[in-house]
Amino acid sequence: MATTTEPAGLNTAQSSSPPLLSIRNVAKSFGRTAVLRDISLQVAEGEFLTILGESGSGKTTLLRIIAGFENADSGEIIMGADRLDRLPPYRRRVNTVFQHYALFPHLTVAENVGYGLKVAKQPKDEIAERVEQALAMVKMTAYASSKPAKISGGQQQRIALARALINRPRLLLLDEPLSALDANLRRQMQVELKSLQREVGISFVFVTHDQEEAMVMSDRIALLRMGELEQVASPREIYSRPATAYTAQFIGHTNLLRGEVKDGVARCQSLSWRTGLRDGPGLFSLRPENIRLASAMPTGATARFRGRIRQQAFHGATDLLQVECADGLAISVRTASHENWQGDLDLEFSPSDAVPVRESQEKS
Amino acid sequence: MFSRAYRAAITLPPLLWVAVFLLFPYVLLFFYSFWLVSPTQTIVHSWTLDNYRELFRVNVYLQTLFRSMWIAARVMIFSLMLGYPLAYYLSFHAGKRKDLFYQLVIIPLWVSYLVRAYAWKTILGSDGVLNTLLQYMHVTKHPLEFLLYSPFAVVLTLTHIYTPFAFLPIYASLEHIPRNLVEASHDLGASPFQTFWRVIFPLSIPGVLAGATFAFVLSLGDFLAPLLLGGPSGIMISNIVVSLFGAAYNWPLGAAISLCMLLLVLALLFVSENLEKKWSFR
Amino acid sequence: MSGSGPGHTSRWLPWHAIAVFGFLYLPIVTLIVYSFNGSGVGGFPPHNLTLDWYRMLFADDAIWTSVLNSFLVALAAVAISLTFGIPAALALDRANFPGKVLFRRLVLLPLILPGIITGLSLLMLFREAAVKLSLITIVLGHGTALISVATTEVFAGLQKLDRAQEEASLDLGANYWQTFWRVTIPNLRLSLIGAALLIFTLSMDEIAVSFFLIGRDNTLPLEIWGRLRRGITPEINAISSIIFIFSLVAIVIWYRLRASAEAKPEIVAELVETVS
Repeated sequence: MATTTEPAGLNTAQSSSPPLLSIRNVAKSFGRTAVLRDISLQVAEGEFLTILGESGSGKTTLLRIIAGFENADSGEIIMGADRLDRLPPYRRRVNTVFQHYALFPHLTVAENVGYGLKVAKQPKDEIAERVEQALAMVKMTAYASSKPAKISGGQQQRIALARALINRPRLLLLDEPLSALDANLRRQMQVELKSLQREVGISFVFVTHDQEEAMVMSDRIALLRMGELEQVASPREIYSRPATAYTAQFIGHTNLLRGEVKDGVARCQSLSWRTGLRDGPGLFSLRPENIRLASAMPTGATARFRGRIRQQAFHGATDLLQVECADGLAISVRTASHENWQGDLDLEFSPSDAVPVRESQEKS
Repeated sequence: MFSRAYRAAITLPPLLWVAVFLLFPYVLLFFYSFWLVSPTQTIVHSWTLDNYRELFRVNVYLQTLFRSMWIAARVMIFSLMLGYPLAYYLSFHAGKRKDLFYQLVIIPLWVSYLVRAYAWKTILGSDGVLNTLLQYMHVTKHPLEFLLYSPFAVVLTLTHIYTPFAFLPIYASLEHIPRNLVEASHDLGASPFQTFWRVIFPLSIPGVLAGATFAFVLSLGDFLAPLLLGGPSGIMISNIVVSLFGAAYNWPLGAAISLCMLLLVLALLFVSENLEKKWSFR
Repeated sequence: MSGSGPGHTSRWLPWHAIAVFGFLYLPIVTLIVYSFNGSGVGGFPPHNLTLDWYRMLFADDAIWTSVLNSFLVALAAVAISLTFGIPAALALDRANFPGKVLFRRLVLLPLILPGIITGLSLLMLFREAAVKLSLITIVLGHGTALISVATTEVFAGLQKLDRAQEEASLDLGANYWQTFWRVTIPNLRLSLIGAALLIFTLSMDEIAVSFFLIGRDNTLPLEIWGRLRRGITPEINAISSIIFIFSLVAIVIWYRLRASAEAKPEIVAELVETVS
């Protein structure tokens, strides 16, 4: 039972000024399929918010509703004093960077970038000047008279960005703009986009399925699952204090430990550790990097266990070990050491790193 | 991956057929235009430009040609005026019924030309459906003579026949426009009309050119509608050719006119193709 | 899907569409209605409804002879068009040879050229070859003109054909001929049926080319044409109505066939695209 309104306790990095955009109880179905169920979310001024989710989670639909390409079945979207959802897309102070850029093939790069201004009937020289600035901002001045077919994917993406930002929107929507780029270019663009956002100061709402990308770029992440918000929090928060099992597994790797709490001790098969939870069944998320080789002297502060190495995989900066405990429990352990581990190992972790999470139910 | 034998097997038979039944006949057409017909109704294989001189000397040929071109031009314009909004509606506004409507448009295309031309003949005559309807409703007292056996009837019938021809390439080019371009245009502040004018229409120009070419070229060479509905004032250039191959028995002259038509058509196709390439952004 | 955002309408467009559909269909509907009109081809309103004209039609031997002729011609035209159209499509898809561009244009030319030019040039060919005009010459004319239809249909089907299947067949030891019959043709099944249906219908209705190549025996359109010169009677309405119904059924079947083979049928549009 995930909350769909923003959980107050988990909502850090919230500014005290009024939000730029308020999404209230938005729902949308296509035919009989409910794509969005009762979404409420706020976007603050100047923040980089990422809507993260798998395909089918409804993230693109939500973005399109904000942009105006779809109508919500119910709910409201409010920007400042306006009911945004009552306006057609060409009257919203919102611009979009499309997933496949959607550059106009029959116009040059400069004409593409200046399109919004031309349509608003701005004077020619002002358009020319602002187009020049916009192109300089994305470092594409040399390509002003090229046609989109002649420039690369990464360059097209910059143009799409310039074309949107030149109109000085109050909010910029980005629909998986980096998904068509190869890995290295993607990483580079992530950094550039982030610094661009800081520079320009406009709120960005960024949609992606890539959790790493979300964590690198965002001020806050809204994790969407099957049309509902699982959790909305800063990357650090969402990583170290995931609210649900789904969140814990979707973002980063984790060991999901199902156990029983009794008298202040949580037990999951051969593992046990101290916890402040009430008695009863419990579900915990334990990240592999929080498990380390046990120090020689056992202290009462850590939970220790023993396991046999089953697999060791090289992951560049770290190694990921698959360890099997006596009762068959499989645990992933991440270590910086590349030593070739064999046989049985003594491992330990801090009880506070076993984060209690809610169940994520299967949804219809 | 394909061996020489395979490639020969798939290339030679159609090549031969096309050479014998398409290329060679056109070459014959070319030759015939230089020959003459003797007083005894035989073809004389002399080689002369007389036929061509005849074409320019006698007024009726050029006059008829220009009249044919004017008729064809009107058919082209009306077909586009009818076909473009229809294609736009189907492509952008028809939603779930798009498929059904598309079928409805192409069905008349394949129903016999003769049937359709005949239908108009029965409608436009002085005793025809339209005239008697108008008299019945007391809109007119006497039959409207210009409805049939006139250029009007020819233009009307040919528009009826070639509007679906014009529709098809326009629809195809509209369908090819990625919908995210329309959304991007709206996103950037352009109203639906501005979006149409600045994005949709420019990208549909190749389709418009193709449709216009079809309608014009096929109308220009049409001889059936004028025969059925054109009357003396509606004679088109192909009718002259037909009579030269029939009662007026002058095959070489007919061939000369046909060759001119062929060249004119090829020239139009060439121009149209180049314009389409220029306006194609894919 | 565009226009699903708020505030996007063009109100006159649906009306225009209705008007155009009316323009396209009313003449045909009128024709059918008056085939039941006892007092003749024109005159409003129709009264004296009768099936007499249809009875007259069914007793009219000359018409049915011409129907049979058309039928045979159409079958032969399908045979010729497919026999030469399939290799032509394959050649355009897979082979490079000198004159390929000219070949492609020549094959597709009859689609856009006025029928009179194709008809006349074939007439001259037959005259020079001293071939007497007959149903055979009509068959040759139709076959030639309609190869373009076969080629475009098969070519479109080839684009959707997974080349890897043929490669697999060759890899497993079948030679080109076997691969052609066991893999290529079965995959083209829908295109071939669609092409056959279309060519058959077009041949049955064909008049422009047939006009010049006719011998003693008439095809159906030419038989009707002859009658028209003599005077019009609702019997012609009756046969026209029947022709319309058959064409309608044939085209709908053809469309459904193609639609089932692909998600988005742009079938005839493809035909048209390859020419332009």
